[in-house]
Amino acid sequence: MERTHYKQEINMTETLMTRINELLSHYPEDKKKSALLPVLHEAQDAHDNWLSIELMDKVAEILGILPIEVYEVATFYTMYNLKPIGKYMFEFCQTSCCCLRGTEDLMDYTCEKLGVGIGETTADGLFEVRGVECLGACGYAPMMQLGDFYKEHLTKEKIDQLIADCRDNKIILHDK
Amino acid sequence: MSKKILLDKINVPGIKTYEVYRKEGGYASVEKAIKAMSPDEVVEEVKKSGLRGRGGAGFPAGMKWSFIDKKSGKPRHLVCNADESEPGTFKDRYLMEFIPHLLIEGMITSSFALGANLSYIYIRGEYMWVFKILERAIAEAKAAGWLGKNILGSGYDLELHVHCGAGAYICGEETALIESLEGKRGNPRIKPPFPAVSGLWANPTVVNNVETIASVPWIVNNSGDDYAKIGIGRSTGTKLISASGHVKNPGVYEIELGLSVDEFMNSDEYLGGMSSNRPLKALVPGGSSVPILPANLIFKTANGEDRLMTYESLSDGGFTTGSMLGSGGFIVYDDTACVVRNTWNFARFYHHESCGQCTPCREGTGWLEKVLWRIENGQGREEDIDLLWSIQSKIEGNTICPLGDAASWPVAAAIRHFREEFEYHVRFPERIKNRNHFVTEPFDKVRHLVSKEMI
Repeated sequence: MERTHYKQEINMTETLMTRINELLSHYPEDKKKSALLPVLHEAQDAHDNWLSIELMDKVAEILGILPIEVYEVATFYTMYNLKPIGKYMFEFCQTSCCCLRGTEDLMDYTCEKLGVGIGETTADGLFEVRGVECLGACGYAPMMQLGDFYKEHLTKEKIDQLIADCRDNKIILHDK
Repeated sequence: MSKKILLDKINVPGIKTYEVYRKEGGYASVEKAIKAMSPDEVVEEVKKSGLRGRGGAGFPAGMKWSFIDKKSGKPRHLVCNADESEPGTFKDRYLMEFIPHLLIEGMITSSFALGANLSYIYIRGEYMWVFKILERAIAEAKAAGWLGKNILGSGYDLELHVHCGAGAYICGEETALIESLEGKRGNPRIKPPFPAVSGLWANPTVVNNVETIASVPWIVNNSGDDYAKIGIGRSTGTKLISASGHVKNPGVYEIELGLSVDEFMNSDEYLGGMSSNRPLKALVPGGSSVPILPANLIFKTANGEDRLMTYESLSDGGFTTGSMLGSGGFIVYDDTACVVRNTWNFARFYHHESCGQCTPCREGTGWLEKVLWRIENGQGREEDIDLLWSIQSKIEGNTICPLGDAASWPVAAAIRHFREEFEYHVRFPERIKNRNHFVTEPFDKVRHLVSKEMI
């Protein structure tokens, strides 16, 4: 896999390793590779929501598999980020059912408000706006995913509030 | 009020917790199955019930169970498919979020029937908070003695775990799901061998949808025959329908199969009609993959019979004038919606979600997306409509898994029923420049332009 100039400090804390070992215990002794997807989620959550090559290599070592086996999985699934991203990633569902309820206009509003385009990060590294495919919340549109949670029935006012809450550090991203 | 068996207790305060769920009669099916029935007797009840796979394909669940290889002596697994990601579908999430122990009870009873000692719930990664709800519910069930070694002193052991995906629609296909559970890319496998013979880690495996498994406790507590009395004909039981789009009350509903589409759409007990009193234009009754129906084929079939919420009635007329019940993702469109834009949007979805193994799907879904985009964007050519038809016809049936078909059907149905709208886009590019073009001027108001041009 191509080495990038993105640098990440790897810190396999005790909390993280305890959780990884707990996940590993869910699979037979000789099927550790099965834990790869959940373990990558945990590793990513503990490292600013992205996976560097070095972090993936570390995961490979823990699972006793080849680094390539981790890379091919990390590049296949949408939820793994392979480069640094904004702290608060607004992932709008942009599949048709949500669009019927005004998602596209709301995404434009959010981008304008934050001064970024879709897929871009704000200069302070705080926000990123993305369009993603169906999140399974069609009846509660427009909506977005923010960390481990969904924000539903969105309006311009709710977007304003969310942005303010993120800036005030009031948003919990992960349920650990 | 029609019969409810999945969501009947959803409004009981605290039903999310083990204590309340148990007090309301929860886990009775585990007791009954383990203490008073043999595994084969449980399978027999499910067979009698006529319960069909609720994920979309509608294959009889009892029959699927009976295929599991019990002779090889290999460990067996039950895997619950909670990778719900078909656009329009959000029913399993509702069930898992608000009554998680129902799924866990179903998993234990069903695992017992299959003789599985290690089972998994594979949930999509985006439902991370639901993953946590299930993890905690499993811990509660285990602490109460419903999981682990020697359950209820029967000698039957079961470990149950939740496993999360990471954002791939294709993992809802059962063999891709198994690959993913093995820690690999979600590439579907060639069948045969079927998972019932060689599934997870090459062991005999059954993969069932959340709603299918959650229906098992009721069947065991009552009987397969009682379940078969609910519904009509081969569409037995109840079904969760998730409704979205331009309706007054979007959300998740449990209906008795056989309810008329008209009642479901228009009665206040269900969707309550359109959200803005605009005319109904189209309906996708079973998730984005199934054919879209134009207004004149929604409440009545082509033969003039009432259209019912059943597997049979929704598919009445085949793909020419019918659709499918599918996953129960009920998407409603009023006259401000643009069928071309909707079809492009779905094509983009399938292109993004194609795993890339089979050329017709990997390349074809991208072509569909591009051609649809240029039509929607005012750069379409007259021959593009036939080109779309040709591409979709060459994907369908030519791929390892049904994603290719799922990508083709919506395009075919849109052209079949709404060809004039495609022609309008091609001939009047200046009129569709704004992406909300039909909001200001619904197609019915400009349809005459297309027919005039033809003369």
